[in-house]
Amino acid sequence: MKMKGAQILLECLKQEGVEVIFGFPGGAVIDIYHELPKYPIKHFLVRHEQAAVHAADGYARATGKVGVVLVTSGPGATNTVTGIATAYMDSIPIVVFTGQVPRLLIGNDAFQEVDIVGITRPCTKHNYLVKDPEKLPQIIKEAFYIARSGRPGPVLVDLPKDIMASEIEAEYPKSVSLRSYNPHYEPNLKQVKKAVDLILEAKRPLIFAGGGVIASSGNKELTWLARTLQIPVTATLMGLGAFPGNDPLWLGMLGMHGTYVANMAINHADVVIAAGVRFDDRVTGRLDSFAPSAKIIHIDIDPTSIRKNVRVDIPIVADCKEALLALKEEISKRIKDKDLSERYQSWRDKLNAWNDAHPLTYKKSDEVIKPQFVIETLYELTGGDAIITTEVGQNQMWAAQHFKYLRPRTLLSSGGLGTMGYGFPAAIGAQVAFPDKTVIDIAGDGSIQMNIQELATAVWYNLPVKIIILNNSYLGMVRQWQELFYNRNYSATHLEYNPDFVKLAQAYGAEGYRATKPSEVKDVLKQALKSKKTCVVDMVVEKEENVYPMVPAGASLSEMLLV
Amino acid sequence: MKHTLSVLVEDEPGVLSRVAGLFSGRGFNIISLNVAPTLEKNTSLMTIVTEGDEQIIEQIIKQLRKLITVIKVVDMNTVKTVEREMILIKVNAQNSARAEILRIVDIFRCKVVDVSPSEITIEATGNSEKLTALINLLHKFGIKEIARTGIVAMKRSMQLS
Ligand SMILES: Cc1ncc(C[n+]2csc(CCOP(=O)(O)OP(=O)(O)O)c2C)c(N)n1
Ligand SMILES: [Mg+2]
Repeated sequence: MKMKGAQILLECLKQEGVEVIFGFPGGAVIDIYHELPKYPIKHFLVRHEQAAVHAADGYARATGKVGVVLVTSGPGATNTVTGIATAYMDSIPIVVFTGQVPRLLIGNDAFQEVDIVGITRPCTKHNYLVKDPEKLPQIIKEAFYIARSGRPGPVLVDLPKDIMASEIEAEYPKSVSLRSYNPHYEPNLKQVKKAVDLILEAKRPLIFAGGGVIASSGNKELTWLARTLQIPVTATLMGLGAFPGNDPLWLGMLGMHGTYVANMAINHADVVIAAGVRFDDRVTGRLDSFAPSAKIIHIDIDPTSIRKNVRVDIPIVADCKEALLALKEEISKRIKDKDLSERYQSWRDKLNAWNDAHPLTYKKSDEVIKPQFVIETLYELTGGDAIITTEVGQNQMWAAQHFKYLRPRTLLSSGGLGTMGYGFPAAIGAQVAFPDKTVIDIAGDGSIQMNIQELATAVWYNLPVKIIILNNSYLGMVRQWQELFYNRNYSATHLEYNPDFVKLAQAYGAEGYRATKPSEVKDVLKQALKSKKTCVVDMVVEKEENVYPMVPAGASLSEMLLV
Repeated sequence: MKHTLSVLVEDEPGVLSRVAGLFSGRGFNIISLNVAPTLEKNTSLMTIVTEGDEQIIEQIIKQLRKLITVIKVVDMNTVKTVEREMILIKVNAQNSARAEILRIVDIFRCKVVDVSPSEITIEATGNSEKLTALINLLHKFGIKEIARTGIVAMKRSMQLS
């Protein structure tokens, strides 16, 4: 086919099955925008390019498909960087198309020229500057393939304007093969056998699930393993939803704000089955006292994750689902039809005792709204049937602790980068993917202001996202650290001049609600959940509430500060 | 410990900065780096000398392999290799010193590639021990400038254990 570069791009996207693009136009991509309305691809115009990337990321996390972004050169491109880094840290498949100045001007400090390929090299899985028009289709094909395969991640493609504007002869390739990139999915069966030996000999086993289980859709296999052998389960923030949060075997999240029982479990376990995790410092605490008596089986598709932070006894480099499936087959062969429900009973009794001694809790109040109470009420009202996104800070941790995630892809949160401003645009992306589902952004009063302009986007496209602001008039998580470790020196964390969020919502054409007393919480949430419109709920909560348990940074997981 | 890594890469713009950026971004150390095209079209060979304990070297190798443009990584410390480096040394060579310097050139089988009334430039090839010994010997005459290629390495045909 011979067409303009812009048409080739869109034709390729169509053939790739892209239905939705999040973007923002500008001079360098005007040729693409000129053609876009002729294609069966829905474009969502955001109000800031960072939000376009978070929205594509939220779309990708909610669906498992690749999210797509289109922005202009220069500032359009640089505005995407935070979003790209967010997706990179959490291994989310997105493809970002940036406009670039015409090839002849590259390197001349042309108007709105920036070396976005150079800037994003360390925070993309791979990136391209298209220099040769004939390679355009192949690069697009590779970009999608690389983004979604292996350990997923963001890929950026920089498109010089002259290539978009000129006629090119090109075909979209049917398949890709890259000699230097062959992700490895199948587990080594010897390693699987060794792992099963270890699991069946264990006295105090623990399953520890991460985002890799969700990315690979291995949650069913993981759940089978846990339930068949009656092994308790914990997870990272990224792994919430990989195992039902209402199952008796569920211990809660691990790590800095993990539950007492989960942290004690990893401290005492003799075998840890770590699936799709990367042992981030927020999860391990002090490394030399992490899982001190455990043999560790580590499943991950990325070889660099293995032995990066912790010692591993049985590494299995493979897709989590494939590896868990292989474990299942091997275990089934060995246990036949034995009833294993009594297995590890004394270990589970011990865990139950720990949990009874220090359950996840908070000081309740009739006078002032406790943020944890808001989350509990949300769970009660939705029955867990919602997609929750979060901002970053205390709101994020309370959302992780007090909502029960029953299915994968129901919690979308910036885990690795911890990006304030992520939650709302991610909710927009999720709502675009699932117009009929309840999508809720659990927000902080600080974070929400980082992408609040997207109210215009949500209202314009009739996206009934619910923003629940846990409004404590503080950058609460930083204030908590200041309170606990910096002598209560609340330097630059008091948000004394927050806007009136209800009026702000109304100004954008959204609905605004406010609750100031615990008795109002349920009603206000009910109204918002019932509404078919974009809603902002200003929950005026306890100002100096802290997130507990807390393992101070650098301490070992057993050194928890409790309520 | 020092390791020599042989890294075969796609020869495309930016590949050097991908590799160099990986080292700087993750706090790994490059002692020397040599890049040049190979026989095969569109591929280059990088020889990187780096340093670190076993776990760090393992990470470096895995991280390199993870780069999409890296085709193959071999840790040359795990095989028998020939390693060579070339060096150019400009050394003071006043009348009296000249003869002694030329004798050293002879013993080390180096070449004189440039002369002036007061200086001699020597080209030497060898492994790092030989080059270090040469530099040490020439030190007392006053070395004015040094340029080194960094190590290049090749697996030996016969891998005798
Ligand atoms: C973009 C960005 N800037 C700064 C931070 C550091 N930070 C982490 S939590 C936090 C406070 C967030 O305040 P708020 O959104 O009100 O949430 P709260 O903790 O009060 O629930 C800050 C500033 C961050 N994570 N992201
Ligand atoms: Mg706050």
